[in-house]
Amino acid sequence: MMLTVSAQNLTKDYNSLRAVDNISFGISSAECFGFLGPNGAGKTTVMRMIYCFLPVTSGALKVLGLNVADYPSEIKSKTGVMPQENNLDPDLSVFENLVVYARYFDIPKKISTDRVWELLDFVELREKAKVNIKDLSGGMRQRLLLARSLINNPEILILDEPTTGLDPHSRHAVWEKMDYLKSQGTTLILTTHYMEEAEKLCDRVAIMDSGKIVVIDSPANLMARHDGNLEAAYLKLTGRPLAT
Amino acid sequence: MQLKRAFRVWQRNFTVYTKLYKSSLALNFVEPVLYLAALGLGLGTFVKEIKGVPYINFIAPGIIASSAMFAAAYECTYGTYVRMFYQKTFDAILATPVNVDDLIAGELIWGASKSMLYGTIIMAVISAFGLVSSPLIIVVIPILFFSGLIFAEISMIFVAIVPGIDSFNYFYTLLMTPMFLFSGIFFPIETLPPLVSKIAFFTPLYHLVNVCRSASFGHLQSSLWDIAWLVFVAMLLAPYPFRLMQKRILQ
Repeated sequence: MMLTVSAQNLTKDYNSLRAVDNISFGISSAECFGFLGPNGAGKTTVMRMIYCFLPVTSGALKVLGLNVADYPSEIKSKTGVMPQENNLDPDLSVFENLVVYARYFDIPKKISTDRVWELLDFVELREKAKVNIKDLSGGMRQRLLLARSLINNPEILILDEPTTGLDPHSRHAVWEKMDYLKSQGTTLILTTHYMEEAEKLCDRVAIMDSGKIVVIDSPANLMARHDGNLEAAYLKLTGRPLAT
Repeated sequence: MQLKRAFRVWQRNFTVYTKLYKSSLALNFVEPVLYLAALGLGLGTFVKEIKGVPYINFIAPGIIASSAMFAAAYECTYGTYVRMFYQKTFDAILATPVNVDDLIAGELIWGASKSMLYGTIIMAVISAFGLVSSPLIIVVIPILFFSGLIFAEISMIFVAIVPGIDSFNYFYTLLMTPMFLFSGIFFPIETLPPLVSKIAFFTPLYHLVNVCRSASFGHLQSSLWDIAWLVFVAMLLAPYPFRLMQKRILQ
């Protein structure tokens, strides 16, 4: 079976700094795959290479069977990205943010308008449609970012710390959406600092440290080997306390 | 680069512009009129005529050129920088099928379009004041696109290499303002030492002022060479913003 994402000896250098160091992994269709690791471990860099934002230094990286260097637009048209940083368009309203984003995917206006309302319902922001981005709470912004990442009905959804900084209610709301998307067959790739999140959502996790993958396994297996505690496994494998 | 995807970026800027234009348009229109009033009417009482033309009529076409220049420059320095660095709009766009080349092309074409739009508005204003003698001035509109492209390209090259937004002061003080003052808008450049006119020859504004002035007096044929210069340089500079911005964005 073809892997949704496959990386072989993937390496990324920023000038003299090696951010990702010769890693290999495969992600299957409809899997939820998590990257864990301290800040600076290279998680975000891996994600950015998967969605063709950063060029690969060496090694092979294929997404949906396509080489990232050769088919960035094709890959990105089937991918949704929820970034770590809020990059909603502050010059546009909630509704306009989604409509303008749909245009980048060449979604015709007739279709995109319906899609936008559907997504605003999905993330429970319908009544905020006309509101400016700066007047949204952190949780609302996060939900809007999630809605935006779904505008093209992506086969792969990439979420970079989707719940960082959210209150428990908002966090659970995002988890619920992710559960639903997974049940619909969307491949989810996420990074997180929350072990609970990884345990709850991920079929498998890769624990990264200093640009390398230390281990890839299911949370259940990791927990079985480390006193039933994912956080204990994480701390032991990355050899330092949890980054904040 | 794909033109359709570049258009999506252009369209994003256009959508935002149509929301906010009321506040910015008025300001862009006030400044040129102030120059015309202060210099054309004020200084014009003493200067009277240059080359047989009333002073205010002499400078008016040049004001079209400078307005067009500043429109593209502001858009592709501050505008582009804010979208790239503060708003992270570029990061959001690059997660869609739009690639870096499409993005840069869209930004440049947007800068050129805005330059053309602002030049045309000022053209309409000074024509309404009766300061343009020939309807041939209309021909300048498409040329404003090419000159606008040059100013957009220069600005974006600068965006790609500056360490921060404060550095744009250098761009305006050392490049834009001297160009504005020594490109033949306010006095014929030949009156200055030969070295200055030689330098002026290498600036896009000098050629654009020539085009606007000759069109405004109905003898555009004397500026065909300037038009060729503008089109040629717009093409010549094109690869650099792409190359440098690619580096800047992907670092």
